[in-house]
Amino acid sequence: MTLELFLVVAVALFSVGLFGALTQQSIVMLMMGLELMLGGIILAAAALWHYVAPASTDGQVLIVLAVTVMAVEMAIGFAIVTALFRAREVDMTDEAAELKG
Amino acid sequence: MADTAPLWGVVLMPFALVAAAVAAAGLDAAVTAASRRGPAAALRDLPAPLGEALRLLGQQRRRTDVADIVLGRVGIGLVPVAAVLAAAVLPWGFRAVTDPVAGIVWFNAMEALAWAAIWLAGWGPNSALSLIGGYRFLAQGLAYELPHMFALTTAALGAESLRVGDVVAAQQGLWFVVWMPAAFLVYLLSALAMAFWGPFGHPVGRDAAGGAVVEYSGADRLLLLGGRWLLLVVTASFSVPLFLGGGQGPLLPPWAWTLLKTAAVLVLLIGGRRLVPVLRMDRYMEFVWMVLVPLTLLQALFAAVVVLDR
Amino acid sequence: MLDDVIFWTLGVLAVAAGGMVFRFDSMARATYSLLLSLLCVGGLAILLGLDYLGVVIVLMMTIEMAIMAVFMVMFMMNPAGLMPMSMLHNKRGGAALCAGVFVLLVVGIVLAPWPERAGRADGDPTMALGQSLMGPHMLTMMTLGFALFTTIVATVVLSTRRGRYDRLGDDLRARHADDPVRGGIGR
Repeated sequence: MTLELFLVVAVALFSVGLFGALTQQSIVMLMMGLELMLGGIILAAAALWHYVAPASTDGQVLIVLAVTVMAVEMAIGFAIVTALFRAREVDMTDEAAELKG
Repeated sequence: MADTAPLWGVVLMPFALVAAAVAAAGLDAAVTAASRRGPAAALRDLPAPLGEALRLLGQQRRRTDVADIVLGRVGIGLVPVAAVLAAAVLPWGFRAVTDPVAGIVWFNAMEALAWAAIWLAGWGPNSALSLIGGYRFLAQGLAYELPHMFALTTAALGAESLRVGDVVAAQQGLWFVVWMPAAFLVYLLSALAMAFWGPFGHPVGRDAAGGAVVEYSGADRLLLLGGRWLLLVVTASFSVPLFLGGGQGPLLPPWAWTLLKTAAVLVLLIGGRRLVPVLRMDRYMEFVWMVLVPLTLLQALFAAVVVLDR
Repeated sequence: MLDDVIFWTLGVLAVAAGGMVFRFDSMARATYSLLLSLLCVGGLAILLGLDYLGVVIVLMMTIEMAIMAVFMVMFMMNPAGLMPMSMLHNKRGGAALCAGVFVLLVVGIVLAPWPERAGRADGDPTMALGQSLMGPHMLTMMTLGFALFTTIVATVVLSTRRGRYDRLGDDLRARHADDPVRGGIGR
């Protein structure tokens, strides 16, 4: 168990999430990719807190921030998809490209 | 004050939990029998849950077409597992299997597993009625979770700690229920809701032919319905360290007080069930947002002021 | 030793489950695979000594994914994955880009001169976190609070179909809201 190992796991999660966010057509699946990326960031923050600066709480605050971002991303994402679907029956990124209502 | 239990406590805990659940289910069966066929039938029906469990164990497993067996089984198994994991922080007298720093959050996280569990169990068999049951539980979860969390927060606030042992220790002299009655009542409501039992039994309601459990038989059904009783017992007994002073009391040893108080809470819930009809969640949701959330927030504010003034 | 076993188990499981999210045909399985991955992240946080935050991650992600499953089933065709299908675009480019990012970051991790561990963790990191959120990091906490509040408002505005004009009439004068279902507190 070293800092590097934790970071490699975090980067792996981030990359897998990035793959999903880039390639998925459905907005909901795209958000799952974003969640995975944020999961990687949380892990990296926790590892950096533990191995580099455990005396300060900055790493922990970063995790609180990331967790909140996850919650906000989910809520807003679902609300937008719901609104989009209600207005135009669209739930794919390609069809939602133009933003006019 | 709070020690962790010896190793045999870890082994014993699930069995004690199952025994308590069987006793509670027996009491419920007895009360039902007494209300339908008079007090004489009560004693005869007391061991009914054991008989029902044995009957289910001998039953064949029902299969449905294109079922998602993996997810369904995960959901079924998760119900009793979540109950046992939540019970790990439950103090027995003054001793719990483990007393972690964030014990209250742990308890909350484990009962949140029930959200996933019931939905998965409803999703598994590829049947409309059971999926409706699963969705109903998610709606129920959204309704009960917020005031429930505020109630837990209030207790933690009163003790200035998330450790269950500290919460018990902080109630020496004055139990939290005395100055946090609203939080206690809300906690009891959400205890029923998270065990989807009694007035909150809509997810497995008769109007959906049994909801989330409709397609399950045999051991699956036993795990799901037995796990529900485990959840009910765990959540009901967690109100004892949170609001009723844990093992504190005169004369009797701490474990006896824990047992007495837990039994009292369970009797209250099982007896009171018959006074309330099954609640529909869209209506309960409005009640929660208009009444319970403001109430628990005021309660938390009151507790915070008391703690600041101490 | 035990810690190493836990680390490898959780780490491998997290990445594997994360990968399976985009391979499952069934939306329910994809969502709960993501939940498994994030639960492993929570477990790793606990392993690193962040008991409170780890358990909070477990709590939040369970609830979040339980809700997510509903949306997945609602918005995707073929939610149970009964027919194999692909909903990807530019798979090859995306894969190349992600592999590139992964290699680049790993090279950075290996080559970077990481500083020595500075200081020791507080006896109770949860307490330290609370103290700093209510002290030096108060601004962060307040910003988060405002962000969450804005989110609640924005979410309701975006997703509701019936606004107050639908419920109370054009001049908002109706005494009783015109709801299709009567509410829980007697309206």
